[in-house]
Amino acid sequence: MKARVTVTLKSGVLDPQGKAIEGALKSLGIAGVESVRQGKVFDVELAGNDRNKAETALKAACERLLANTVIENYRVEVLG
Amino acid sequence: MKSAVIVFPGSNREGDVARALTVISGRAPAMIWHADSALPAGTDLVVLPGGFSYGDYLRCGAIAARAPIMGAVRAHAGRGGLVLGICNGFQILCEAGLLPGVLMRNAALKFICHDVFLRVERSDTPFTRRYNAGDVIRVPAANGEGNYIADAETLARLEGEGRVLFRYTSPEGKLDPAYNFNGATNAIAGILSEKLNVLGLMPHPENHVDPLVGATDGRGLFESIETALEEAA
Repeated sequence: MKARVTVTLKSGVLDPQGKAIEGALKSLGIAGVESVRQGKVFDVELAGNDRNKAETALKAACERLLANTVIENYRVEVLG
Repeated sequence: MKSAVIVFPGSNREGDVARALTVISGRAPAMIWHADSALPAGTDLVVLPGGFSYGDYLRCGAIAARAPIMGAVRAHAGRGGLVLGICNGFQILCEAGLLPGVLMRNAALKFICHDVFLRVERSDTPFTRRYNAGDVIRVPAANGEGNYIADAETLARLEGEGRVLFRYTSPEGKLDPAYNFNGATNAIAGILSEKLNVLGLMPHPENHVDPLVGATDGRGLFESIETALEEAA
């Protein structure tokens, strides 16, 4: 089973990397860019077919390692 | 003083801190590999050194904070044992939940490496009893992610409980954004745990213990620890 975990900075947390990327996009002349926030994507392969179990395991993974919940939010999508 | 320095893959200041501990206490620390699960019996002080553990993968200190040895470090801290985290060690302590908050990318996005001035906020702690409150010390800093942040509630607690031990200031000890080189909230350079036995700080006092390098302002921190342990014995 495949799943995707997305970790993003909470709103209000300063994101200097996002700001630098935003500046670079603007200097490339990409039209209409107002702001950029960067984050991380984890593609995870899981054993078994139980979606609920997979979701529970990945939430634990996020809480214990993949995200620092002081500054980050996470989203778990089990893709099947 | 019986100290232990934890070595993670990618630590690079363990030699500096081992040397400082040896110079000041006359006793070399035990060097403990991250994959070990126990500290030597009778360890008084655990040091998490600077460096780039696991290449800063995922987040600075995130993977090291889950290393096997960290269970023993957590237990040592829980018993009231002294723990000192310097630079990457501070990041690891935050990731391990032994200190609150996070060290984010420096506000100016640059890795910054030069001497900084720290104001010692209080002297009644195991780490600063050989300084006076208000003293300004000059020590090297070298970090890309030293910008301390925490939520408003945590900051209010840290400030209210006097747990901010070091702040970036001018050489005269004045708060000045020009000297807060990484943009840390409230110019925070180092904080203490609730029981004052765990200290994390970004700059490197271990590099200013020998007159040969031009300054010895960092000695006081290690001398303080030794004095505190002698008093407790």
